Amino acid sequence: MKTPAIALSGLRKTFGAVEAVAGIDLEIADGEFFSMLGPSGSGKTTVLRLIAGFELPTAGTVALSGRDVTRLAPFERDVNTVFQDYALFPHLSVIENVEYGLKVRRVGRRERRQRGEEALETVRLKGFGSRKPSAMSGGQRQRVALARALVNRPRVLLLDEPLGALDLKLREQMQVELKQIQRDVGITFVFVTHDQDEALTMSDRVAVFDAGRIAQVGTPEQVYERPATPFVAGFVGTSNLLTGDAAQTLTGRRGAFSVRPEKITIGDEGAPGTVAEVIYAGPVTRFVVDLDAGARMVVVEQNRRTGTAALGEMRGRRVRLTWHQEHVIEIGADRAA
Amino acid sequence: MAFLHRHPRLRLAALLSAPMLWLGLAYLGALAVLLVSAFWTVNGFTGEVVREFTLANFRTIVTEEVYRNVTLRSLGVAVAVTVICVVLALPMAFYMAKVARPRARHWLVIAILTPLWASYLVKAYAWRVLLANDGPIDSLFGGPGYGLFATIIVLSYLWLPYMILPIYAGLERLPDSLLEASADLGARAGRTFRGVVLPILVPSIFAGSIFTFSLSLGDYITVQIVGGKTQLLGNLVYANVGAANNLPFAAAIATIPVIIMVVYLAAVRRSGALEEL
Repeated sequence: MKTPAIALSGLRKTFGAVEAVAGIDLEIADGEFFSMLGPSGSGKTTVLRLIAGFELPTAGTVALSGRDVTRLAPFERDVNTVFQDYALFPHLSVIENVEYGLKVRRVGRRERRQRGEEALETVRLKGFGSRKPSAMSGGQRQRVALARALVNRPRVLLLDEPLGALDLKLREQMQVELKQIQRDVGITFVFVTHDQDEALTMSDRVAVFDAGRIAQVGTPEQVYERPATPFVAGFVGTSNLLTGDAAQTLTGRRGAFSVRPEKITIGDEGAPGTVAEVIYAGPVTRFVVDLDAGARMVVVEQNRRTGTAALGEMRGRRVRLTWHQEHVIEIGADRAA
Repeated sequence: MAFLHRHPRLRLAALLSAPMLWLGLAYLGALAVLLVSAFWTVNGFTGEVVREFTLANFRTIVTEEVYRNVTLRSLGVAVAVTVICVVLALPMAFYMAKVARPRARHWLVIAILTPLWASYLVKAYAWRVLLANDGPIDSLFGGPGYGLFATIIVLSYLWLPYMILPIYAGLERLPDSLLEASADLGARAGRTFRGVVLPILVPSIFAGSIFTFSLSLGDYITVQIVGGKTQLLGNLVYANVGAANNLPFAAAIATIPVIIMVVYLAAVRRSGALEEL
């Protein structure tokens, strides 16, 4: 097997009495777009900071391309970071910001300027070089931060919720662009986010963090379709969790099961229940159905024909729900619980 | 109240009249009187002020070497004190703002502020004791004794808080992520300091230097207490107000630091530092 770009083993980090990272083993392959997904406080940002070298681990090791860098300072590591607040230098112009890393590494003036301009072109900011960061919009600053990191051609680029401060439209546009840039430059991206859509649409693989540990690592499809724990099922997308008696009645087995809302259809046969809530959301409508068996299920239907008038009348109706057996996923217990 | 609400200009006038009156009369008025009286003279026999416009005072100041020397000496002291304060304040403020834990930071700010509560005179006399012949500093280092050097040390001590506080405030506003970004891009601590911290702190340093510079330029008490025979501009003003009873000439000398400060502020303004305050 090829040497992984990043290898973490037994990684732990405590802040006083708080255990932010509670034992992480992870390998990220060269050229991978890897996302770390989790709620705030789940340790994903701390892991990123441990890789960058801003924090030193309490235990465990960090290796970059097979080289142990656990005790090295940030400036000795071949990684660059795009910060959540962009961290652009306010006293320098955009091009000076981008050239900063090259200047520190004593790259000649002409090569520096050329690579700086190229990097700005990559992020589609050609001609903005002489501006001050304060004269740019949030989305543009984000790109400057990206260019400033990419220009150093690091082995690994770390991105700490880089799209968090952007509005929805811009965020979706940047998601596509980031993915494209990553494919073009071919370097490993480690992307920290709490937005499951972002993680699912952009990544080759996703690690779902729960209370300082990794609950599951896999492709977006694996994580979404085959969640390993109730936490993953709940955090990544909406999930209908079946446990106890309801699970026994509806699946014929004991244990914990998950069914995704879009896999369920409302029809004339299947498990009976009452519609408790109807939520119209543009392209889809969400129905909340209380099953007689004792479980509350969310069902998502495409609004192909339904009109809003008809939807309103659905509340309180008796309905029946069906789903395929293959979409019922048995999930283990939460490790953190 | 509704009447005032409908007349915003009147409201503004009511709000600002007292402070404007104070600023206009007490502050600018005093400065104007100073400037005007600098052009008067004193009758050598009667000691009365002659209220006639003449450039005689300024002619004396410019032509006589003693005044030029004292001016340059005062300027040198002010510059030296400012430089010493910057050099001492930078690491202290950096430790307070970026290294110390929040609890310790709290206590450090108090520690910086408390000396400001103590009387200036008491502190200066404390230094007189420290610097005395066979005093603690003399027996440790064999000097420096009273004089110009002692004056610079004591003034640096007195004005240091005025330099630390603006730099500390500037550093507190500096996000940690900028320091991390610099390290991330390959810069060591020294490089980060020169390339990121110092340029961003320039307005704060200028703000502090306005205090240390102007306070040093106008001081005459510290010099009297630890300066030995050293004379600064403040001493000349004091001597002319008191012993020589020549108020117009004192006013003329007092315009020198005013002019120096105006030139200094103009230079600071040109550098663009004031806009970022």
